Amino acid sequence: MNDQPIIEAVDLCIDYRLNKRWLNAIQSVSLTINPLEIHGLVGESGSGKSTLALALMRYLAPNARIPQGRILFEGEDLIPKTTAEMREIWGSQINLVPQDALASLNPAYRIGEQIAEITRLHKGLSKPEAWDRAVEMLRRVRIADPEAVARRHPHQLSGGMQQRVTIAMALSTQPRLLILDEPTTSLDVTTEAVILDLFRDLIRDNEAAALYVSHDLGVVAQLCDRVTVMYGGEVMASTPVIEMYQRPLHPYTISLLASLPRPTEGAETRLPTIDGVAPSLAERPHGCVFAPRCPVALDKCFDEKPPLEHIRDSAGTSRLIKCHRWREIDDGTLAIATTPVQAEASAPPGQHYVLKARDLDITFEKPKLWDRITRKQKKAVHAVDDVSLSIRARSTLGLVGESGSGKTSLARIIVGLYTADDGEIELLDLPLSLDLHERSREALSELQMVFQNPNDALNPYRTVGNALARTINRLVTTDMSQAAIQRRVYELLNLVRLTPQYATRYPAELSGGEKQRVAIARAFAANPALVIADEPTSALDVSVQSVILNLLKDLRAQEGASYLFISHNLSAVSYLADWIIVMYLGHIVEEGTQEQVYNVPSHPYTEALLSAIPNPDPTVEQGEIRLDGEVPSARRIPSGCRFHTRCPRKIGAICEDETPPWRDAGDEHFIRCHIPIEELIALQQTKPDAQPQPVAQAED
Amino acid sequence: MARYLLRRIVLLLITLLITSVVIFALTQLLPGDVARLILGREAQPQALEDLRLELGLNDPIPMQYVNWLSGFVTGDWGTSFTSGNPPIRPLVLERVGNSLLLAFYALAISIPLAIFLGVLAGLNENKWIDNVISVVSLSVVGLPEFVTGLVLINVFALGLGWFPASATAPADATFGEMLSQLTLPAITATFVLLAYVVRMTRAGMIDELKKPYVRTVTLKGLPRRQVIVKHVLRNALLPTITVIAISFGWLIGGLIVIENVFSYPGLGRLLTAAVERKDIPLLQASVMVIVFFFALANLIADLLYALLNPRIRLE
Ligand SMILES: Nc1ncnc2c1ncn2[C@@H]1O[C@H](COP(=O)(O)OP(=O)(O)OP(=O)(O)O)[C@@H](O)[C@H]1O
Ligand code: SF4
Ligand code: SF4
Ligand SMILES: [Mg+2]
Repeated sequence: MNDQPIIEAVDLCIDYRLNKRWLNAIQSVSLTINPLEIHGLVGESGSGKSTLALALMRYLAPNARIPQGRILFEGEDLIPKTTAEMREIWGSQINLVPQDALASLNPAYRIGEQIAEITRLHKGLSKPEAWDRAVEMLRRVRIADPEAVARRHPHQLSGGMQQRVTIAMALSTQPRLLILDEPTTSLDVTTEAVILDLFRDLIRDNEAAALYVSHDLGVVAQLCDRVTVMYGGEVMASTPVIEMYQRPLHPYTISLLASLPRPTEGAETRLPTIDGVAPSLAERPHGCVFAPRCPVALDKCFDEKPPLEHIRDSAGTSRLIKCHRWREIDDGTLAIATTPVQAEASAPPGQHYVLKARDLDITFEKPKLWDRITRKQKKAVHAVDDVSLSIRARSTLGLVGESGSGKTSLARIIVGLYTADDGEIELLDLPLSLDLHERSREALSELQMVFQNPNDALNPYRTVGNALARTINRLVTTDMSQAAIQRRVYELLNLVRLTPQYATRYPAELSGGEKQRVAIARAFAANPALVIADEPTSALDVSVQSVILNLLKDLRAQEGASYLFISHNLSAVSYLADWIIVMYLGHIVEEGTQEQVYNVPSHPYTEALLSAIPNPDPTVEQGEIRLDGEVPSARRIPSGCRFHTRCPRKIGAICEDETPPWRDAGDEHFIRCHIPIEELIALQQTKPDAQPQPVAQAED
Repeated sequence: MARYLLRRIVLLLITLLITSVVIFALTQLLPGDVARLILGREAQPQALEDLRLELGLNDPIPMQYVNWLSGFVTGDWGTSFTSGNPPIRPLVLERVGNSLLLAFYALAISIPLAIFLGVLAGLNENKWIDNVISVVSLSVVGLPEFVTGLVLINVFALGLGWFPASATAPADATFGEMLSQLTLPAITATFVLLAYVVRMTRAGMIDELKKPYVRTVTLKGLPRRQVIVKHVLRNALLPTITVIAISFGWLIGGLIVIENVFSYPGLGRLLTAAVERKDIPLLQASVMVIVFFFALANLIADLLYALLNPRIRLE
């Protein structure tokens, strides 16, 4: 094979037309993907990743144009081609694996038909041949019972399976180049890990090249050979993955890597953050786009845009970089502070408990009268089953588990949004009613919640100040004058590091991170004893996530609050949590301190969760343990140990028949498993046995 | 599927039952003594009393209802109050046939046209062609039916002589003659229907075109025409189906003005006549039939919707 790149973007610009003005979205970008290379494209939301990725297919939004540049696909410029000519390439030479798999499949057609369509079109297969090929492709993406799945419709599959279907479709014509636009972003870590393994194998088998778009540096590090980092519509750097991690030369890459929470970090640290927010299309600075947020920006940086240079660094690595100061960073004369700084000293967790909950239980969709009359065997959804937990003063309890494990239901029971069927809650040593309407105003103000999506939590027609004032009014029990309320609003804004000007803004005028800060301010309006945060950072960008995590950590020290912090991001949990509980299918399977849970011995489920975390250090291999399929439906909870259908450590029939006992691993560290602690330790210190083939189970 | 169908049919029957109660109750509220209505002002008290007995008017009202309903179900729809007391069933059924003919004809003209215009508008969202289609279809719906009807008669019947001005089909008319007579009424009805269906189709198109799967199929390399016809239309027309079903109900029983303008013997006119003459049995029977067709059209629409939309679980 010759050395000609598969695809090459040269000095490419893309504009969008907004309000009758052309705005520049992609600015003089260059990108090269060589044969067999998996090229990562990372950047914050709005940095132009999708625009660029789709433009490589010469696919533009109706209001977009390419004012300048070339896109060379195997040496041939795609820009002058007509759409009719592009159709010869789309679907056969360059294929897309889209982000949102469900929305990207036509709901009206069977999976098999949708895959067959592409081979009929490009390979001239007959209908039955194409169908057989579709089934074959489904088998290759390791879907169990592909014949049956081919006959289903998209909505009948789980998220992981839908994503496999889009991959099967994209691979079925053996394209030269695959464009993957955040294909795993909406999946659980465990599913993501399985899908990433699959990509790695399939892309190699197909001898295709790939562009992998992601905002997750961990995923990119584990999968890609080379990484291009984008910011504000421009390429900041393009580097082989190992060098990017070990010797980042661009200030943006350096800060981004430093802001990632890592499971190994101590609890008494603060994450280095990148201040400010990414610029919108209309307000991109004319100097270096990163200058307003760059920790080492010079005056020159604000005036003069650095060129995108093709360099060889002092270690001989060939890179692309766009920074005035890379030479100083390269030769070590300029260092950027990246070590986590000491957090504000907080009082150690208190001895007494803020919240104690015992035997909480909730069941949804109980069989109705009608079902009983018709004798329909309708199973209820047992979302939270016999859960007890306690949270100490000034501490954080982390709650982890895959989607469908009952995390959010548990949080909602505690704040009273769901009324538990059974159980007891004590808040600050006083019994708390399970029913929200029976809770006193004091109790309500002591217990606040921050939601995953700040958009849902804020009323779009109310200014920030107005929203905060209303909450203060509602929650504060003592009488407050209007002036006092106003003062408190400014205090709260200050608390979440927003200037007083924000009081007059509407939610639509805020970025995602700012909205989440307002939501947090609101939660702190009445000095709560406990704040429940349900995935507060998962809708946010990496650089914003670290800001919010730091903020939560500071507020805990300043305000002396406790948290119940829910996340599927184990790194984020470990950054904040003192104690952790791990949930699976409505049950707690392990509890202990942060350290205990993240180290041997762990429950086999925790072990699998930890193993799935993609490490942003490409030299650290991802753990090898993979879980089969998805969490079973809470309608059909497996007998015995609920985890037995997926457990890589299953020891035999006992796991299927008997509920495992709580085992004491010492120092209040508990694991619910049939394997005795000593054996778990022995097992987990050595490599696990051969893993079962990851196979996605159909869900009906 | 079979169970779903069964359930829907049971629901349909329940709907009809409830309607029958409502209709019966409402006709009870009509002022006037039925017997006197039939026999006229000068009738002897004895004759009135005999008639009341014969008609069961002295029975308790629930009893009267049960008698009426059981008669209706077994095909005994009673006799009309008008002179000669003709039996109601053949009368209504003949009108049903006429109304169905006109309804199908109007649908055959309006639905393809409306869908075509809606798709065209949706594909060209906010371009001039979309604006023209929206403005024209909306201004047409604003015109009262008798105005459009009269204009059409004046231009195409009296002026150009292409179609007859009235649609009083003689019993021995050929199918071609029937169609020719029905063309102007059908076009008038089309004017009313057009805007709704166009709007629905246009909105459906615009919604669907924004969905990510359209990009997926485009990037599979499928020609534009196939992307639209095979993928987008299939989903975009779903909401339109319901609108068509409702329109059908209106075409069966609601064409009162159009039928009068063209003196067409449809159900709508029969209904007006029954109300004017306080012909209660006729009124009851016609309303029941109209409601039946309305409910049937909705049932068919729901089934079609479910068949075309796999996301609805048929259980
Ligand atoms: N059709 C469009 N019209 C106008 N502006 C657009 C359009 N599509 C994208 N943009 C803008 O262009 C910029 C780049 O968008 P793009 O979707 O490529 O970013 P991204 O890096 O993929 O972000 P994300 O991580 O959120 O997917 C953003 O500011 C976005 O608002
Ligand atoms: S050019 Fe200047 S502002 Fe931009 S990244 Fe480099 S040092 Fe920072
Ligand atoms: S009890 Fe058995 S199935 Fe459950 S976690 Fe332990 S080993 Fe696995
Ligand atoms: Mg994107």
